[in-house]
Amino acid sequence: MEAVTRENDSQLVSIVVNGVRRDLTVDCRRTLADVLREELGLTGTHLGCEHGVCGACTILLDGRSVRSCLLLAVQADGRVLETVEGLADDDGTLHPIQEAFSEKHGLQCGFCTPGFLLSVRELLATHPDPDEELIRNWLSGNICRCTGYQNIVEAVQYAAELTRAEALEPAART
Amino acid sequence: MKPPPFSYRRAASLGEAAEWLADLGGEAKVLAGGQSLVPMLSFRLARPSALVDVSRVPDACDLRHEEGRLRIGALATHRQLEHAPLEELPGGFALLPRAARLVGHPPIRLRGTFGGSIAHADPAAEWCVLATLFDAEIVALSRAGVRTIPVAEFFRGFFATALRPDEVLAEVVLRHGGREAALVEFARRHGDFALVAAAASLDGTPERVVEPRVVVGGVHDVPFRSAAAEAALAGAALTPEAIAAAAAAAAAEVEPASDVHADAAHRRQLTGTLVRRALEEVRSRWRP
Repeated sequence: MEAVTRENDSQLVSIVVNGVRRDLTVDCRRTLADVLREELGLTGTHLGCEHGVCGACTILLDGRSVRSCLLLAVQADGRVLETVEGLADDDGTLHPIQEAFSEKHGLQCGFCTPGFLLSVRELLATHPDPDEELIRNWLSGNICRCTGYQNIVEAVQYAAELTRAEALEPAART
Repeated sequence: MKPPPFSYRRAASLGEAAEWLADLGGEAKVLAGGQSLVPMLSFRLARPSALVDVSRVPDACDLRHEEGRLRIGALATHRQLEHAPLEELPGGFALLPRAARLVGHPPIRLRGTFGGSIAHADPAAEWCVLATLFDAEIVALSRAGVRTIPVAEFFRGFFATALRPDEVLAEVVLRHGGREAALVEFARRHGDFALVAAAASLDGTPERVVEPRVVVGGVHDVPFRSAAAEAALAGAALTPEAIAAAAAAAAAEVEPASDVHADAAHRRQLTGTLVRRALEEVRSRWRP
């Protein structure tokens, strides 16, 4: 069977994912989430609803949280991306946000967690000491069916504490 | 849940986008923030053969206030409006940052655009309601030149506008901010499209209201301007009685349909309640 192809149906895309530059040819119709998961094997980005409602697929694009199911991979050309795989150190040491979610039981089944972690990463980068109202507003687009959110809010507050402590550490050493 | 095949081109300017739209002959869709179009592609509710991406066009996201009008570049994002400096938004236009917080969630607001929302034309969308409230003019660009469309002629039905397939939305000009304005809505979940939204803008003084405008979203196939509610307010003092009369007039005037989300009676009741709340908010802002 002859494949039906059209001009410009696929394009070369160059992205930086978790610090590594990746050049790949993608179908224009592929979402960024699918390319991350299926072309790059980064299956930590979860797909819940695939139409922008659940927030599970949230990643960072140039440091800002976006729904990777609502972006085409071709739209990310030239951009810097961070996924959940980029959070922990190479030796497996958890990122403070992950540490806090673990410590405060901010997850149960864990399906929504990657999206929460990346949303929180942007939140703490812009608001080092968020109050509960801000946290709940910020995370309103991330749906969790297990926790009831209380432990997630506590985890974010603890993550903020850990992040602030980490920021102070180098100064304490000098 | 995967989009159908299409070609993709990224425009460097709105003029270039308009050229391509002319060449592509009606089979293309304009992609801006993509927060509505991409889900429509995934559901295959939209099946364009080509996408013209304007999201990286520079200088198309400015907010400019001149002579009582607010010009909003098509690519201004919801987040940009959320953080717009209030001192540059006199009178009723100061509602825009407050209203932006009702649009989706932070990641949606980062990508989604004002112009995209207007072109998408969801009758419950905050920006479509406010474009109607603020008597917008929609500026469309095509190979043939610039065309300006008054909002009353722009929205044609659910997700339908007067934009031709070869036109790209370039700018929205809000022409009448009034003295104070408010938007309130009822949604099932935070960030959802409203079941019903009501907006009001008033001019004059609390003792004598001039040029009242009352708009209800989510009840008809386009944002609905309630002439009955406006008539109840024009020339009146903004008393609880006048507000109640305007709310009752709006509720009596709308002809909502029933759907899976809410039946007609529910939407009618919400109309009365939300118009009242919108007017009460205007009143409290006038008399803090």
